[in-house]
Amino acid sequence: MEKFATHTGVGVPLRRSNVDTDQIIPAVYLKRVTRTGFEDALFAAWRGDPEFVLNQEAYSSGSVLVAGPDFGTGSSREHAVWALKDYGFKAVLASRFADIFRGNSGKQGLLAAQLAQDDIEQIWKVLETEPGTEITVDLENRTVTCGSVVAPFQVDEYTRWRLMEGLDDIGLTLNHEEEITSFEATRGSWRPKALPAKHLPSVEIEAARPSV
Amino acid sequence: MAGTLAEKVWQDHVVRKGSDGAPDLLYIDLHLVHEVTSPQAFEGLRLAGRKVRRPDLTLATEDHNTPTLDIDLPIADLTSRTQIDTLRKNAEEFGVRIHSLGDADQGIVHQVGPQLGLTMPGLTVVCGDSHTSTHGAFGALAFGIGTSEVEHVLATQTLPLAPFKTMAITVNGDLPPGATSKDIILAIIAKIGTGGGQGYVLEYRGEAIRKLSMEARMTVCNMSIEAGARAGMIAPDETTFDYLKGRPHAPEGADWDEAVEYWKTLRSDDDAVFDTEVVLEADDLEPFVTWGTNPGQGLPLSANVPVPEEIADENERVAAERAVEYMGLVPGAPLRDIAVDTVFIGSCTNGRIEDLRSVAKVLKGRKKADNVRVLVVPASARVRLQAEAEGLDEIFLDFGAEWRNAGCSMCLGMNPDQLAPGERSASTSNRNFEGRQGKGGRTHLVSPLVAAATAIRGTLSSLADLDLPEDVDLTSFDGTPLAPLDPRVPLQV
Repeated sequence: MEKFATHTGVGVPLRRSNVDTDQIIPAVYLKRVTRTGFEDALFAAWRGDPEFVLNQEAYSSGSVLVAGPDFGTGSSREHAVWALKDYGFKAVLASRFADIFRGNSGKQGLLAAQLAQDDIEQIWKVLETEPGTEITVDLENRTVTCGSVVAPFQVDEYTRWRLMEGLDDIGLTLNHEEEITSFEATRGSWRPKALPAKHLPSVEIEAARPSV
Repeated sequence: MAGTLAEKVWQDHVVRKGSDGAPDLLYIDLHLVHEVTSPQAFEGLRLAGRKVRRPDLTLATEDHNTPTLDIDLPIADLTSRTQIDTLRKNAEEFGVRIHSLGDADQGIVHQVGPQLGLTMPGLTVVCGDSHTSTHGAFGALAFGIGTSEVEHVLATQTLPLAPFKTMAITVNGDLPPGATSKDIILAIIAKIGTGGGQGYVLEYRGEAIRKLSMEARMTVCNMSIEAGARAGMIAPDETTFDYLKGRPHAPEGADWDEAVEYWKTLRSDDDAVFDTEVVLEADDLEPFVTWGTNPGQGLPLSANVPVPEEIADENERVAAERAVEYMGLVPGAPLRDIAVDTVFIGSCTNGRIEDLRSVAKVLKGRKKADNVRVLVVPASARVRLQAEAEGLDEIFLDFGAEWRNAGCSMCLGMNPDQLAPGERSASTSNRNFEGRQGKGGRTHLVSPLVAAATAIRGTLSSLADLDLPEDVDLTSFDGTPLAPLDPRVPLQV
């Protein structure tokens, strides 16, 4: 993962609350088996609307999304984070994030920065008055600067450290492999195992047919 | 020290306590896998030269992409077929158990785990699917994860996690006739909002929850994520133990006794402190429907479509304006007047045998409304077999419904089961997001009973709109008690 210290880029005001991951990337785009190439799928249902913010030239090269509260609710699809990253976003600012989305962002190096809603409103005003205004996100000092607005943001300390160091979670966990092995030795024998597989006798499943 | 149910399960899985703000490293007992959120995780393992640490704690099924018709033919959609083929190849390469389309144990991952007896109290259960919260009905700590976390669990059988806050949701009293566990959870979401549970594990408790069957509890926990919570839990009791005993993977002999003794300790202590508490009275509940485009935009069926101008909060007003427009509704009009094109009965929320029985009970001997398409999609192949053994399929077909093979189907429209633009559904699923069931589709979330009544009348309806006795016993037909759902007995089909 790339290290994240500060980022400066065009801010994109997305004045909507409850933007769920079905809106960030509809299910039809989830059939791919790769981890990249999702930029065309980002906000796919809205991209056909010429009024949509990313279709306006001043914002189209944006890399800091400024969204309404409860961003990233719904489905756990990490594709939502991949689509934002593939489009070029480095950070999303909102007053509230869904838990799974926030977690997924941290794993992928997309900063989910939590600001007060009042500060989000101030930033929206700047971005809408002067489209194309750049935002600087300073992870070290946990501040966002947009025009004359300077606002603090929250991000949990562990995620901040990992983003700044560019660390891979699996590698960090495998440093503790001995502890995992010791823990496994203490697990009760009643705890389930999927293997060897047990199930009722197999029965042939009849295929339903289209009704005429 | 006094603890909540969630805290007890958490404590029993800490491999390594985090310090200086670092998360705890939590052991994962059961990892469920499906085709959509796993390909990139397996690819990550391959690139790093890693193995699946515990294939014996991992189970894969095919559900999101699978067609519900012609399942013996090659999947027509090539990208869907590729994704399913990829899961099969990955399962083989990494030694993971898989139940593929056509297999009697195939089905929606959140039905397959419980019906095999793999989901148990006191476990940590994860899956790359937000509705993993379903398994919390057993007193497991179960939550959805992203693909990076799927890879992490495959490689290490653990996850680094910061502790959740806890919220108690107490539901007192008795559900009135015609109201179901779906109405409980829709009412909870409308009350606390789609963000109300963010950062929390919800614990559902109280008299009304205790009285629910295991399957009805699964419906409640399933939609915890729609309230913003990653997990919802219900303390295990005799209902839980009865459901589990004798299932293929349930503990046996001394293991069973040891397990039950432990499971009985899995309840929040009387003096445990929750970060937040919410109380709901079941006696006041009516059948609930959603009118908007997030699951918090719900109202009792007897209400009217909201008038956005009357909403004080600006964000909510803008959201309501947008939702009313997208849904093509008239502000102030009765919800009961809304005509639908499709009724979808299925999903990990309401595709289980009890759901199908209650629907069949209402539909029996009737015909569907003209111009309404009715899809009945069992949550798993075993549920389908059980329904057929009970003759429910005949009732659905006589009614004019389509009786399909198992899978996620129209809940999210990744397979051909989709709404056309502008089409409207009454759906027993869990999400009414814009385009969720097909681009431009309009979804009203409802209980199975409301879905059944709506299929008969063609407009959003409840049992009260039918000439059924109000106290209709939904657990049996014609006074004849139904055989309980007993997966221990092989079905005679």
